[in-house]
Amino acid sequence: MLIARVIGELVATQKHASHEGRKVLLVQPLNLDGSDRGDAVVALDAVDAGVGDRVLLVTEGFSAMTAVGRPQSPIDMAVIGFIDQIDLLPGVE
Amino acid sequence: MYLGRVVGRVWATVKNPSMVGQRMLIVQPLTPEMQPTGKRVVCLDATGAGAGEMVYCVRGREASFPFLPAEVPADTTVVGIVDSIHLKRPPKAAGARNPMHKKGRK
Repeated sequence: MLIARVIGELVATQKHASHEGRKVLLVQPLNLDGSDRGDAVVALDAVDAGVGDRVLLVTEGFSAMTAVGRPQSPIDMAVIGFIDQIDLLPGVE
Repeated sequence: MYLGRVVGRVWATVKNPSMVGQRMLIVQPLTPEMQPTGKRVVCLDATGAGAGEMVYCVRGREASFPFLPAEVPADTTVVGIVDSIHLKRPPKAAGARNPMHKKGRK
């Protein structure tokens, strides 16, 4: 799982049926210091997240499909939680 | 899933029998700011996307699921055509990235 921030939403009329009824979010994975970690990705929303939220992102098919509740569908990333707080040991960055 | 733009098509007359009838597209991955990022990939098509359209693709085992019950050996599939993007990235990050600069994990 990755820490990420929701930076936008996609609108797609023509899409796979399993994606209907779920928000399609643009999500930027983050490092622990809050900087960008690689490129932004597209993820389905399983928790009603919105733009600006810091969230937990799964990047593997089974977990993403399970979170969205649609098995055997083409979903490889999903937002599965909001992050309230992160605590690190002293010296960990 | 990954954002991308369809930049071409691939034709293959000899291929795995379960791939017969599948459209193959060349997709250039994009950042949300519409800058190209990374290398172009060949994707199967589950939505009927055409040249120049912005799409999003799924990678991995899940790429074969749109074609069930057929077992298609796909590892990247276009699963949606993007109509519009509503982007609200913090201003400091927007437009700051250089697509030619290889980004690694820190």
